[in-house]
Formats: sequence, C-alpha cells, structure tokens
Amino acid sequence: MPYPTDRKYTKEHEWITADGTIGITTYAQDSLGDIVFVDLPKVGAEISAGKTFGTVESVKAVSDLYAPASGTVTAVNGELATAPEKVNKDAHGSWMVKIALKNPAELDSLLSAADYEKFVSEEAGH
Amino acid sequence: MSLVVSILSASNGFRRSAIESIVSHIELESLMRYLPKSPADREAMLKAIGVRSIDDLFEPVPPEFRLKRDLNIPRQMAESEIVDWFKLRARENGDGYTSFLGAGAYLHYRPVVIDALVQRGEFLTSYTPYQAEFAQGTLQAIFEFQTMVAELTGMEVANASMYDGSTGAAEAVMMAVRITGRHSAVLARSLHPEYREVLGTYATHQGIPLKTVGFGESGRIDLRELQHTVSDDTACILIQSPNFFGTIEDVEAIAEIAHQHGALLIVSIAEAVSLGIVEPPRAADIIAMEAQSFGVPLGFGGPYCGVLATKEKFVRQMPGRLAGQTVDKKGKRGFVLTLATREQHIRREKATSNICTNQALVALMVNIFMTVYGKVGLRELAKQNLAKTTYAAEQFAKHAKVRFTGAPRFNEFVVETSEDPYAINSRLLGHKIVGGLPLKKFYPELGHAALWCCTELTTRSMIDTAVGLVADSERAVRSMKEHEEQEVTR
Amino acid sequence: MKHMTRKATRHVSQNEGLIFEKSSPGKAAWKLPPLDVPEVDTAKLLGKQERKDLGNMPEVSEIEIIRHFTRLSTWNYAIDLGMFPLGSCTMKYNPRVNEFVSRVEGLANGHPYQPEKISQGALRIIKTLSDCLIEITGMDAITLQPAAGAHGELTGLLLVRAYHQSTGNARKKILIPDSAHGTNPATAATAGYAVENLKSNDRGMVDVSALAAQMNEDVAALMVTNPNTLGVFEQEIHQIAELMHAKGGLLYMDGANMNALVGKARPGDFGVDVMHLNLHKTFSTPHGGGGPGSGPVAVKKILEPFLPKPVVITKPDGTLAFEYNRPQSVGRVRAFYGNFGMFIRALAYIFANGPDGLRQTTEDAVLNANYIRKGLEGVYDLPYSTPSMHEVVFSDKVQSKKGVKTMDLAKRLIDYGFHPYTTAFPLIVSGALMIEPTESEPKEELDLFIEAMKSIAEEVEEDPQFVLDAPHNTRISRLDETQAARKPVLRWKPENAG
Repeated sequence: MPYPTDRKYTKEHEWITADGTIGITTYAQDSLGDIVFVDLPKVGAEISAGKTFGTVESVKAVSDLYAPASGTVTAVNGELATAPEKVNKDAHGSWMVKIALKNPAELDSLLSAADYEKFVSEEAGH
Repeated sequence: MSLVVSILSASNGFRRSAIESIVSHIELESLMRYLPKSPADREAMLKAIGVRSIDDLFEPVPPEFRLKRDLNIPRQMAESEIVDWFKLRARENGDGYTSFLGAGAYLHYRPVVIDALVQRGEFLTSYTPYQAEFAQGTLQAIFEFQTMVAELTGMEVANASMYDGSTGAAEAVMMAVRITGRHSAVLARSLHPEYREVLGTYATHQGIPLKTVGFGESGRIDLRELQHTVSDDTACILIQSPNFFGTIEDVEAIAEIAHQHGALLIVSIAEAVSLGIVEPPRAADIIAMEAQSFGVPLGFGGPYCGVLATKEKFVRQMPGRLAGQTVDKKGKRGFVLTLATREQHIRREKATSNICTNQALVALMVNIFMTVYGKVGLRELAKQNLAKTTYAAEQFAKHAKVRFTGAPRFNEFVVETSEDPYAINSRLLGHKIVGGLPLKKFYPELGHAALWCCTELTTRSMIDTAVGLVADSERAVRSMKEHEEQEVTR
Repeated sequence: MKHMTRKATRHVSQNEGLIFEKSSPGKAAWKLPPLDVPEVDTAKLLGKQERKDLGNMPEVSEIEIIRHFTRLSTWNYAIDLGMFPLGSCTMKYNPRVNEFVSRVEGLANGHPYQPEKISQGALRIIKTLSDCLIEITGMDAITLQPAAGAHGELTGLLLVRAYHQSTGNARKKILIPDSAHGTNPATAATAGYAVENLKSNDRGMVDVSALAAQMNEDVAALMVTNPNTLGVFEQEIHQIAELMHAKGGLLYMDGANMNALVGKARPGDFGVDVMHLNLHKTFSTPHGGGGPGSGPVAVKKILEPFLPKPVVITKPDGTLAFEYNRPQSVGRVRAFYGNFGMFIRALAYIFANGPDGLRQTTEDAVLNANYIRKGLEGVYDLPYSTPSMHEVVFSDKVQSKKGVKTMDLAKRLIDYGFHPYTTAFPLIVSGALMIEPTESEPKEELDLFIEAMKSIAEEVEEDPQFVLDAPHNTRISRLDETQAARKPVLRWKPENAG
C-alpha cells in the first residue's frame, strides 16, 4: 500500500504536510471501523507535539489524536462535523486541522512514507 | 421423592427405618427451592469436570480464608414466613395512615396496568439492551420515554434515566462544567435541601465551589442577589421549579441573568405532575427531573427515576444511556443504545459519568403512567392537584399564616403556626394523618413553619380535619396569650 | 450446512409501532374521580405560567396500552425464558416473593419523611439487611445509600479520600488493574483521583511485584475485583492487602463477583477495607432492562465515621432511628435513604436462603461455570489455565482465523435461543467470551448451551459467512449502529411518521 510521499507520518498513525495540514492515515481509519464523530480543537488553540489534541470515535471505541508537531490551529475541517465518514472514504484526502508550525524542524524526526509503510506492516504482523 | 413415597406405602417396619435415614440424608430442612439441581445432577457434573467434591473447586481460596462455619444470619424461611415478616413490618410502618407530605416524594394514584405490565418477566427479568436484536421491547419503550420526557419538558432530547432527581441535578452541574469549561456553580436556596447536600458532596470532590442565593418574600429566588453572585467563572445557575416551597420561579428572568454571563441554566423539577398545568422551563439549557410522581411508588425513598433533558447541541456531553432509532440490514426500523462512547465502558476514566446501571424498570413505570394519562389526562390530573392545594391553602389562611403568597404555586405551600408544628402533627397522628413537614431543620429562620402537600388523593375531609386541628391550636395559643396579658394588667 | 437448534424456534411475533402512531384525539385510558373541593380558574392562578398545550403527548385507550407493552415485551429475552451467560452480571432468578413483599402497602406507600414513630418497619428492614450484609462480607459497618454499583464505587472512594484527609496526607492516585470493569476508572476520575494502571501477570492476576513497585505514599487505594474479571481468585490477595497497608494505603474491592464467595469466604477476612455490593447481581433484585440496582458499601471500623449520613442507630428504648449527627461524614450521595424497594427484595432473598441456601447457591454457581469450562475446553481457546470460580473467559482466537469474532459468535448464539455472553471484555483478553451461568441454571440448560456453542464452532469451520450474517431467526437483524451514532435520532417527531 503506497503512502503519499508529500507528507510525514507518526507512529500514532497521523500524517502532516510541510505546511502544517494534519489528518489520520488509511491504516488508522481501517482499524477504527466506521467513524461516527470527530472531536477537534477550535481555531486559535495551541497544540503540542506528542500530546492529544482531539479524538476520533467509532461506534465502539474512542481514539485519541496525537499532535505530530506543535503550533496554533488556523483552520478546522467543518465538513467532518456532519460527514465524519469522509475520513473512512479517503483518509489521506480528508484533512482535520491546519496549524501554523511553531518549529518546522520537528517534522524531521517523523517517519517518511516508506518508513511508515514498514512500521505498519510490522504492526499488522505480515 | 416419589420413590420414597412408594416405599413408605409398603409399610414394612424394617424398611421404614431405612427410608427415614434416606429422608434425613436428603436433608429436607435445607432444600433451596431456587436451585434447579438434584444431588444426582451435581454428582454427574462433578464427575464430568473430573473432581471429587465441590470443595476441590474452591481450592483457589487459601485455606485460612475458607469459612468453616455457617453465616450468622436468620435461618431459612418458608415463603409464608417471609410474607408474614414483611406484613408485620408494614403494620409498624404507618399502614393505613394518610399524609400531607411532599418535599420531593409525592403520593399519586398508580394505575394498576403499570404493575400488571412491569411484572411481565420479559420486562422484569431482562438485561440492559446491549444486544439490540434481543431487546427491542426495552429499547422501543426507552425511545418512547425519551420522546415523552422531551415533549413534556420542552427540551429537544432526553436520556433513558439517572438514579434520581438529586444525583441527576449533580450530573447536570458537572455537564455544565464540561460544556462551558468554567468551574463554579450558583444554587438557589429554595432548591431541595437534600439535593443541595448531594451537590455539595459531588462538587467538593470535583473542586467546584458552590454559592447559594436566598429567596425573597414571594418564595422565589432573590434576583438581585443572583445578579451579584453570578460571575464569569459561573458554569451554571441551578434552581428548582416549582421550588421546595411549591412556588413557581420566574424562569425567563433567571435564564436571562444566566445567559448574559455566558452561564447555563439548569432547572430541577421534583414534582413531575406540575408539567401538566405549569409551562415547562423552555428557557433552560438542561432540565434535571425527578419522575417519581409518574407512577413510581413512594417506597420510603427509592428506587425513584431521575432523568436529564437538554438541547440537541449538548447531547454528547449528557451522561446516561440513550436509545436511538436506526434500521436493520433489511431496512426495518429498530432501536439501539447509541452514542455509547460517552459512557464508562468505553471511555473509562474520560467518561461523561461513571453511571452504568440506571433506573430502567421504574422508567418503564413512568412511561406507562405518561401513556395512560396522556395529553389530556396529565392536564386534568395537575388541575385536580392545584384545586385541592388551593382549597387547603385558603382554609389554613383563615387561621394561620400561609407564606409566600406573592407568586403562583403548584401543589405545595408553607404554613406558619404559633405552636411548634411537631406538636400539632403529634395530635394529627392520633387521627392517622401525617401533617406537613416541619421546616425548622432545613430553614431555621422560618420558625414554626411546615410544608404541606395536596395531591389528587388528598380528601376534603383530611384537609378539614387538619385545618380544624390547626385552628384549635391557634385558638389555644391566642387564649393563653390573652390570659397572660390579663394576668399582667391585673 | 445449517445446524438445528433444540432450544428455540421461530414463532409468530406481533408487529407494534410507536405509541404516538396509535394516538388520536378523544381516546383516553384515564378517569379521575369528581373533585370534592371547588374547581379553580387556572388562568387566574398561574397567569403566564399556565400551560395550555401538552403537544405531542399520546391519547390512547387502555387496551391499546396493554397490547402495546405486551407486544413489546415479547420481543425481549429474559431470565424467565432462559440463561443469560453474561460475565460479572450474575443474571440469576428474580424470586417472585420479592416482588410481592415490596408491594405490601405500608412499605410501598411509606414516605421517607414520615415520623420515626411510624417508620419502625422500614428502619427494621434497613437494619436487618445491614446486619446480614455485614456478616456476609466480614466487614464492620455499612451504608445502603448508593443507588447502584458505580454509585457505591464513588461513595467508597469518597470514604477513602475522607480517611486519608483525616490522617493529613490526602494522596492523589488510585491503582486499577487493566482487567477492571470500566466503572472503576470512570469512578476514580469522578472522585477527582488520577488513575494509574496496574498490569496483570501471565496468570491473569494482579502482578504483585508490579504492585510493590507502583505502591507509594501517594497512592490512596488499589481497586481490586475478587474473583477478578477472568473469574479467577486472587490467590495472593493477602500479600496484596499487606503491601497496601504497609504504605498506609487502603484496599477497595469491587463486589460484583460476590456470587463466588457468599458463605464460602469473606472479603473482610482477607484484608479488604472497603467494598461495594451489587444487590441486583448477587442478591437477586431484578435487572429490569437496566436497573434499578443498589450498591451498598461495607467498610472496616476505620472508615465507619465517614459513612454517608444518616446512619441507623438503636435508641436506649430499643426503637430505631436515623442519626444525623455525624461530624466526619462525607455527606449525602443522594436524597433520602437509598433504593429501599431493593432492600426489601434482597432481604427476602436472604431469608428464603438462610445460611445453607446461600452457601449452596455459591457452590452451584462455581459448579456451573466449571462444567461449562470443561464442556468447551478444546473448542474455544482458553487464554489462562488458572482455575475458574463462578465465571470463565474464553477467547475467539481459533474462530478469528476464519474471520469470525466474539461478537459474531454471540449473534449466532441468539439463534440458538440464548442471550449472548459478555463480548470483548475484559480488555486484557483479545476477543473475549466472558461466561457466567449463575446457580439458577439447571444441568439441562447448561447442556443445551454447551451443545449450541459446539455447534457454532462447527459452523465457523463449515460456513463462516453464515455465522457472520447472524442472527437469522430474530425479528430484527443486525442494526446499523453507525448510522445511529452519526445521525442520532433520539425521539419521535410527527414529521418522522412512517
């Protein structure tokens, strides 16, 4: 499964582009099952690398969203409030929040598409 | 057992002693009729498991903790003995008395269809409807309950029940704290005193400071004091309407104060029957109701039926179970528990509440009651309550002081007597009537005041007897005073 | 190839819509007697507070109500119909004498504020039940105020906090095993504590060395369930208690699994300081579709001063009374005295059993669980070889190789006429099947259950898709829970009609 190379990835299955757009990976939405609700911060909120900034809910489970990098939220994808299933349909095309990066160098320590793919196949056990 | 009978009928002396020993071996004395196993069954099962005795299965319990004696509890009783024991307790519990007590627990007539239906095994002995395909009866009933509560309270959505009105109010406050992100709350002193105690307990441990605002001459919350008490850190104002004294609050004015400050308004309703004739608090953000009046027995304080109702935008912050409508694979309408991710079994320490078991069976009683009375009956029922109470208040007013007359009330009112109400009530007890609740322990500044409640079950003759005794008491006190004055002037 | 079920078949089941769909103006199921006082002018009395319209409240006749709810009831499964093998729920027989005695008039109509002189009956019931439960648990004192297990847990933790505050070190943390029921961490958080997870060892029990490492003077208590949620008795419970006590901590026990202990062992004897009971589990009060319950909290002497008020005392003249003068009390956790109706039922159950009955009940509960364990060993994966008490936990490891999970197996079990066992809990077992038959099941029902589970395992091998599509025999097939959560419809509206 080729992961888009235009972004970086975390072990918590989030992705982030160089301009601070954040979402979750296809692997994540598949593990969660049908997503019913996405709880995101408001514009202006500060998020910190490695700390939780929201949650994704399926019918039977809730998963925390971990910030790939630190910054201030500049935009929130309002479509997900009424159509959370978009994340299931196209996880890589459904952004959740956009942030103004506090320290772009934080992205350097994240996984590349190839490294993330390797990580996922190890975790899935095949 | 039939084997024993047929051998006994053979009437052989030698055989009889052998049979007697079999009978004692079977230990008729301690047969437990709820256990569906014969000794033969137990033997067969132990053999299948591969152990010699049941004690082998208790091996995991360290020997020093295995109980080697009988529990020191009453001996096993026959069913008739159990019934007699409780009937005796009932006789020691004011059986046959009538009462003017309200104060958060109300005696209304319970239509007999309620018990006829809730005692059906499929309702009584079923489980929480987590497996929806097998529990559509419970789920549809909950959905109807939610609909009717929302309709009656003027809110958009209601949950499937909380433990009771007092804990429901506490949960509502915590909900307001979550929604607003603020950390303090303002309560009305005219909110039920025991509800306020419960709030104190919950709030202390959540670190939520509480401020209390008093009531005025009308019995309503002091609006000016309220204005001064609400701040930018107030998550909510919590009032009761009709309040503890039976007085109906000016909900719109209070809502305005709350919303001006960005706080939520929570209204607690303790007497659900009021919703038949009193406009619901539509300006509230959350309603925490006690639905006991709707067909739940007084039962010495519980189980009762709390319920939360609110606006749709707050539903994800509301605790308690929710039944939602959906469809099955074939497109047929069905119901499921939904938005479960709010709850403890998924969210664990981040849950909206720790509540698991709720009050489902009593909620079903409430459901049936609301259905029996319905749109017209609930209004007529409330009107009768109002009529009885109005008559009673007018009669009492002829002899003693009826307080809080400056605002409308529902089915409770406060009477202040010259004599201590405990003394008057003692005499009333001789007529097998329980008088109004003396308020000194809750509101000492009200002196010799008592809270009287009339429902559709209160009879005119009860009222006249009580009024008569109060009249006698006032006359006696007055003539004693006159006598003392005469003594002084002499 | 689809297997025949012996226990259940299809039957004709009545359709029934929502009550609002039957409503029409002019129908009534009520009648009030005539007023014996003057009518009132409600507009004059209430002014703008008068309610003129009750909106969409229904108007139906009495027979429609009887049929409505009777039809709904036939769509439910219930203990009266057959076994609910739900783990840690203890779905035992709900004796009918309990229902009868709770409806006796002086008790059913008792007002909580009636004078003590005419409340001696209720007080005696509270005292007698309290004494029995204290004896059963081996503790020193008890409160009956909490409305359910979770409420009891909260009360218990409030007592823990009050105790620590009185010693001068409030402490901030609660340790909770990863096998615990969700109410445990939820309660700890509601009580304002930080939750720290405690890992289980490879036998599914509390890891005592991990506990020793995590226990310090900032930990207020450990919340343990014994037997734990795997149905396994914590054999090192005494060391666990000592570890806690040595550093000034308390041992809280979740009493959900008391059905394995009553009359055989007492938590107070093995070091528990505070615990809650579930009257709706161990003591036969009915589940009623989800409640009411009752969660008494029993404590050792050191916690007695902090109990919620009021407590019941015996006066010098022998009468009973409520005592409110309790300066160290944590306060009230609810209005009035507790779910009194449940006290009556639980006490009736204790009376019907006596000491021998209670002990026999516990023995049968453990016997039944072990019989099922033996019957299904080798058919379903058993993650822990430790002996089971009153419940047994299997996993779907074997079946999931064919893509069939514990929830799917549970749905197929419905077709065989049984309510599912607890799926996917405890969390420490992946794909758990948690089974607690209780003592109320005859050998015949257990044999039918074992047969059904074996049959389903065969079906998984032969035709997994058939199991995945289950249930097949119910009025409603699997419901779309995703839609229910994405677009919640939580009430009927006139526009929704049809």
